[in-house]
Amino acid sequence: MELICPAGTPAAFREAVDAGADAVYCGFRDETNARSFPGLNFSRQELREAIAYARRHGTQTFVALNTFMRAGDEEIWYRAAADAVALEADALILADFGLMAHVAERYPEQRLHVSVQASASNVDAINFLVDAFHAKRIVLPRTLTIADIARIAPQIRCEIEAFVFGGLCVMAEGRCSLSSYATGKSPNMNGVCSPASHVRYRQEGTELVSELGDYTINRFPAGEAAGYPTLCKGRFDIADSPAYAFEDPVSLDVMGEIDALSAAGVSALKIEGRQRGKAYVAEVVSTLKKVLSAGPEQRTALLMHLRGLSEGQKTTSGAYEKRWR
Amino acid sequence: MHRTTSPSLTMGPVYYLWDGPKWRDFHFRIADEAPVERVVIGETVCSKRQHFIEPHIAEVIERLEAAGKTVVLSTLSLVTLERESRQIRDLVADSEHMIEANDLSALGLLNGKPHSIGPLVNVYNAPTARLLAGRGATSICLPPELPFTSVEKIVAGAPAIAFEVFAFGRMPLAISARCAHARSKGKIKDNCQFVCGEDPDGLPVKTLDRQSFLALNGVQTVSHTCQALLGELAGLAACGISAIRLSPQDCDMVAVAKLYRAVLDNSLDADEAIMLLREIYPTAALSNGFHHAREGAAWVARARDTAHGRV
Repeated sequence: MELICPAGTPAAFREAVDAGADAVYCGFRDETNARSFPGLNFSRQELREAIAYARRHGTQTFVALNTFMRAGDEEIWYRAAADAVALEADALILADFGLMAHVAERYPEQRLHVSVQASASNVDAINFLVDAFHAKRIVLPRTLTIADIARIAPQIRCEIEAFVFGGLCVMAEGRCSLSSYATGKSPNMNGVCSPASHVRYRQEGTELVSELGDYTINRFPAGEAAGYPTLCKGRFDIADSPAYAFEDPVSLDVMGEIDALSAAGVSALKIEGRQRGKAYVAEVVSTLKKVLSAGPEQRTALLMHLRGLSEGQKTTSGAYEKRWR
Repeated sequence: MHRTTSPSLTMGPVYYLWDGPKWRDFHFRIADEAPVERVVIGETVCSKRQHFIEPHIAEVIERLEAAGKTVVLSTLSLVTLERESRQIRDLVADSEHMIEANDLSALGLLNGKPHSIGPLVNVYNAPTARLLAGRGATSICLPPELPFTSVEKIVAGAPAIAFEVFAFGRMPLAISARCAHARSKGKIKDNCQFVCGEDPDGLPVKTLDRQSFLALNGVQTVSHTCQALLGELAGLAACGISAIRLSPQDCDMVAVAKLYRAVLDNSLDADEAIMLLREIYPTAALSNGFHHAREGAAWVARARDTAHGRV
């Protein structure tokens, strides 16, 4: 199976290539991709150099243009697509139908992957994207069990890429306006979720309070590690009892299930984390690469090591496991 | 099509789990009393709930059509199971009614047939709207997240389509494979025992500082605030919006429809309507932030709006 690795900076990109990534995905330094964070992403020149570096090492480069085009400003996304094609990106990762249609028509030779943000979660949805835009690969939303994937795979006419490690969206990706409800900025429109510009921490007695926009997302008693206030990982009151209403502050790790994913028809494993530093990327990519070729007895130790790299040290297999629902 | 006539009203699908008789009686009353042209019916949030309304669908359609309403059938918004896929295939194959697509599978299956697009499909720009029109979409209800600046440009850029805007109701903000509603009551989705039915207007989610924030509706998360575009109706009509969508909450929706109709007809002042709406639906604070390119929960008062030259 291919290992698809994140890069938010040229340095992380080189680390991912050196660590053995089969493909690295990245985006331009603007709102055309879903990790539009300050200090991240690539200028045209940086991407040109990154793609050349990757090619020398036999690694592919995927360019994510996976936000939704802002009405009236479509030219920004069209130009990004034109530039990525001209720079010979191996694939474009797209979510917006208008942009998919544009790319399919204008650059019929360009390999088109469907972003997780498109939220194609079933056979008819995926085949629609294959028929309408000649999509070659679908990145599955994190809403399916491994059994669901095994059922879907033989009925669709494209490759399957699945997230296996890193941040976990609890909501169906590309269909969530929670962030913009609280801050005015959303993944779909601005390429950000729970943006740092709207985060505040304040000390209240012995508790540390984290806020997003005007809303309290969590309160941490002294001694409890304070996490970033990602909206869907916050602690809220439901019927007067405080709890993580949607999901605990955990991250995804299904590397223990790679044989089952492979048997289900998944051909590419995706690591989340374009916002992570180069040391993290290097460590995760090289460890996962080893997991893929390790025998069962070595695998356990590698998976233990991986667990230490996950945010908050706690992991979940998310929707891949039926009981998560 | 830019219309000089006033936009019509559409009653959206009931997003919440109401028991069969409540759901039926709601639609009977809408048929008899509400000044709406279109009514969208059908389970949109969770396929497990389907059987609650199934016995009443035929009689509801009959009553609505007898009253001169156009009936549109809504599809599920998150489709992952074979059973759910099959249900949408059957609906598309057999239905004599217009279908409103709420996910990509319905979009694919409806290719070449006239259909509607619901607010849960991502239409953020005119090229996307034109693409959907080319596949048979005749009307699109735009996502609540869109600011007016986008709405205007989409409507202007896709003249062949009738556009609708989500103007009343708690806004659908997210959907998940996981049921937070069941989990909050100690269940999981697969053994939920339909506990979402205990909260016909959603289960409030407050922050730890007791701020009203969100509400759970099964696998869907909706806003605590109620979208209320009233001062904005004239601007929406002027830019060519064809219909105004009202999303049912557990309140007097006939009164809500009459109020919106009156504002559209210029027989009721928007400020007065806002005051009346707060009485009709006191449960939730009103918001219109998305429309004004602010956070969705925000309420942008009219005076400020007028000062910026928009009515």
